[in-house]
Formats: sequence, structure tokens, C-alpha cells
Amino acid sequence: MALGLTHFLVVSALLFCLGLYGVLTRRNAVAILMGIELMLNAANINLVAFNKYVAPAALNGQVFTLVVITLAACEVGVGLALVMAAYRNLETVQVDRINMLKW
Amino acid sequence: MPIPIEDLWSLVPEFWLAALGLLLVLLDLFLPGDRKRLVGWAAVVGLLLVLMPILGMLGTPARTVFFNTYAVDGFAVFFKIIAVVATILVILSTMDALRGHTSFEGEMYVLLTFAALGVCLMAASADLILLALSIEFVSLSSYVMAGYFKSDLRSNEAGIKYFLFGAASSAVMIYGFSILYGLTGETNLYAIADRVRTAPQPALVLAVGMALAGLGFKVSMVPFHQWTPDVYEGAPTPVAAFLAVASKAAGFAALVRFLMVAIEPGPVDWVAPIAGLSAVSMTLGNLLALPQRNIKRMLAYSSISHAGFLLMGVAAHRGDFGAPGLLIYLLAYTFTNLGAFFVAIAVGGRLGSDEIPSYAGLAQRSAGLAAVMALFMLSLTGIPPTGGFLGKFYIFGAAVNNGLLWLAVVAVINSVVALYYYVNVIRVMYLLPAPSGGSASGPVPLRLALGVAALGTLVIGIFPQPFVTLVGAAAMLLRM
Repeated sequence: MALGLTHFLVVSALLFCLGLYGVLTRRNAVAILMGIELMLNAANINLVAFNKYVAPAALNGQVFTLVVITLAACEVGVGLALVMAAYRNLETVQVDRINMLKW
Repeated sequence: MPIPIEDLWSLVPEFWLAALGLLLVLLDLFLPGDRKRLVGWAAVVGLLLVLMPILGMLGTPARTVFFNTYAVDGFAVFFKIIAVVATILVILSTMDALRGHTSFEGEMYVLLTFAALGVCLMAASADLILLALSIEFVSLSSYVMAGYFKSDLRSNEAGIKYFLFGAASSAVMIYGFSILYGLTGETNLYAIADRVRTAPQPALVLAVGMALAGLGFKVSMVPFHQWTPDVYEGAPTPVAAFLAVASKAAGFAALVRFLMVAIEPGPVDWVAPIAGLSAVSMTLGNLLALPQRNIKRMLAYSSISHAGFLLMGVAAHRGDFGAPGLLIYLLAYTFTNLGAFFVAIAVGGRLGSDEIPSYAGLAQRSAGLAAVMALFMLSLTGIPPTGGFLGKFYIFGAAVNNGLLWLAVVAVINSVVALYYYVNVIRVMYLLPAPSGGSASGPVPLRLALGVAALGTLVIGIFPQPFVTLVGAAAMLLRM
């Protein structure tokens, strides 16, 4: 059986759902961040697969993937810095305990 | 393929903003700790100068540069003007608000300048890659600014919440973009518009819905609004003002260009869902604003409900009123909402409290401050002769014109509900006695920013003609 576009799309959809599940259920800010990374990587698999199977004439999908990888790295940098700053004051990274502001 | 030199000329504002940001980093490095305010003034001068090339582009014909990835049209120019003016006013208001909270003053001006650059890029992106990149650019600067007061627990929490919500929704949006790329084989919005007609409908609905998650987060549209009150309350007040105005305007620019250029020719009916979300946003925002005691939280819920009114302009995009109505509403909202936040900065800085009851007797303490706050509250409600009225007038007209009468009725009811909590602020300021003496007027830069915001709110309401011409030109050039 040849490897087709569908295989890539199924893997990417599973990865995306896994990431979304992590984002919605985890209470640890770092674990949520990991879920977000999974979602971005799912998009990357999509982009590269579509580039190969749907629009092989141009490299748009590959370039988009490189941009998304860079964005993910920047996001982790800023995100971990914010988590660190909060950890110094609140001594926790559990988001359900960072709950001063509500209603 | 070489890039034509004219293409570079049309990017002068963006290059200028990037250079200004880098220059401010250097300036901040060499200035001693007590002179950091100079960085702010340098930023203000630089931003005033960049208005010249932007205004110079007003009359030029619409075109795209850099292989169709970047639009140079009246629509983008309009949002660049809003971004730069809003950033200038926010920087002026920041100068006093940071004192005593942080020892890093200069970096805030740098971040605001870069965020302004991001807003300009967002308004002009005509390519999914550039759109994703510029949205993240604005977001990353905003995350840092929301968590700027490192020793303030509320600011920490605002930063983390904004980051987690923002990163998750932009991940969903990028996944949606990837599906859209798969359906059309293109990343360029104008090329997508050509191919989207033949795209299968269910997959396209999924892609557009996912893209709306990221864009809806930026404009605080209802299912993606939860971050708004917490972040506005916890973040430094000038940052909240920036998020409420510049970041929201950029979100609408991207949303409108994405929907009207790329998705409009396709088989997806996006008007009905947007109209529904508009009604839900304005109603929920208003109802939750009613019991608020904190002025920043009240303004946050009010900004959700204004997002609903603006979405009404997006839904009613056909005809002569929709797009111009959206733009003029945004322009009036920019000055009005900035002004309301500036009053909150002035009062919060003097009294150390953002609670609405502590505004009691503001009219005796500082008649000017109370008068402009009353003006902003009336404009947010939409009472003539303020700018807010003109915006509402246009948008309601557009809704009726587009056959969305039910939405116009919901909006009118909501305006009446909103009157209650806006006028409550006026009542507290004028009718309740001040608990203690002491004046509450702000420092010079803040008063300057307040004056410009009040003037803008009034002038748009009283002499609307030049602004109507401006937004007419900006909306005409949208589709090329």
C-alpha cells in the first residue's frame, strides 16, 4: 500500500486532537504549552503533506512550515519567561491556582 | 526574480518603524536610569514622523507588492493611521503609569513601537504566511507587555492567561490555514479567492471556523473572549488600552481582509454565523458589564460588546454603509476608548484604585477629568454629538440595508442596556460626594493624550465630513 495524502492527514488530525486534549485538560502551564506545540506540529505535517501532494509546483507549504517552526520557538521563549516570572511570585505553575482575577 | 524598487518605496513606513524600534533599544541601553523617559519622547517623535509617509500614501492607487503578498491600499493605510495614532497616545499615557511599578521603563516604549509595526503588517498582509507571522508578532509583544510588572501578582496572572489563550487559539488558526492551503494549493489571499469556488464545502467550513478562532481571539469575539476581563484588569492600564484599541483594530483588519477577499467568492455562507456571533457578543458583553465595580473590568466587558457592534458592520458588508460604517466606528471607538482608559490611568495613579465607587465626587476634585470621562461614556453609549453616535448610525443603517433587521433591533436594545452602566459612572462622578479632598488631575503627557482623545471624539461627531470621505476611500480600495 502506497503512502498517500490521507495517511498524513490522519496522523496530523490525531496529533492536533491530542494537543487540544492536553490544552483543555492539563492544569500545569508547561504541559499546556506542550499541547500547543503538538497542535502547531500537526499544522506543520498538514502543510508539508499538502505541499507534496496538492501543490508541488511551489514551495509555499514548506516555507509556511519553517515560519511556523520559528513562531513556535518564539512562543516557547516568551511563554516560559512569563511562567518563570509568575513562579517567582506565586511559587506555582498550576493554572487553577493562578486565579486572583475572576468575574 | 528581483524585487522592483517601487515595492521597497511603498514599505517606507514599516522600515521606518522597525528602524525606530531598534534605535530605541540602543537609546535605552545608553541612557541612565532616571532619563528613560527620553526613550518615550523619542518614540513619540519617531511615530509622528512616520505619519507623513503613511498619509502620503492615502491617494495612491491600490496594488500589491512583493509578489502579491503585501497590499498597499486605502484600507491598510487607514489601519496604519489608527495604529500609529493609538500608539503615540498610549506612549504618552505610559510615561506616568510605569513609575513605582517597574524599573524597566524604556523597554515598554520599544515593545509598543514594535507592536505598532505588527499592527501595520497585519492590516496589509495579503498572504496566509505573512498573516500568521504578523498576528504572532503583535501577540508576542502583547504577551510581554501584559505581564510587564514582574513583581505584581495580577500582572503575572494577566500575562500567563493572555499567553495561554492566545497561543492556543493561534495554533488552531494556523491549523485552519493549513487546511485552507490544502484545499486551494495557494497561500495568497487573492489566489485563494480564485480557487476557493471549487473547494469542498464541509472542509472549507472547518478551515474558516478554525481561522476564526485566532482572529476572534484578537478581536475578543464571544466564544474566544474569556481572557479579556482578566487581562485588562491585571495588565498595566496603558497596555490594556493598547489591547482594547490597536490590537482589536488589527484583528478586524485581518478578519475583514480574510473574509471579504479570500472567502467571499467561496461556497461558505459566513454572514449568518458572524451576525449570530455579533448578537451574542454584544448581549453577553453588556450583561456581564452591568455588575462590574472595577472600571477596567467594566471597560473590558464593554469592549466585548463593542466587538459585537463591529462584527455587525462585518456581517452587513454589502452596500454603501457596511465597510465605511465599520471603519468610522473603529475610528471613533479608538479615540473614545483610549480616552476612557486614560482617565482610568489618571484616577488610578492618584487614588491608587480602579474601583468605580472611588470615582465618587470626581467632578469636585478635577472638573476637567470628570467632564472628559462623561464625554467618553456618552460616546461609548452612542449619544450625539459624539463620534460614537456617528459610528452606530452608520452600522445600524448598514444592518437594515443588508436585511439584518433583527440584528439592528438587538443592537438598539443593547445600546439602551449599555446606557445604564456608562451613565452610572457619570452619576458616581457628579452626584456622589467625594470621600476626601485632594485633586486628581494627571501629569502633562497624560493630559496631552487625554486632550487629543477628547478632541478626536468630539470632532468626529461634529464635523464628520472629512472622516466620512476618508473611510469611503479606504473601504472602496478594499477589493482590487
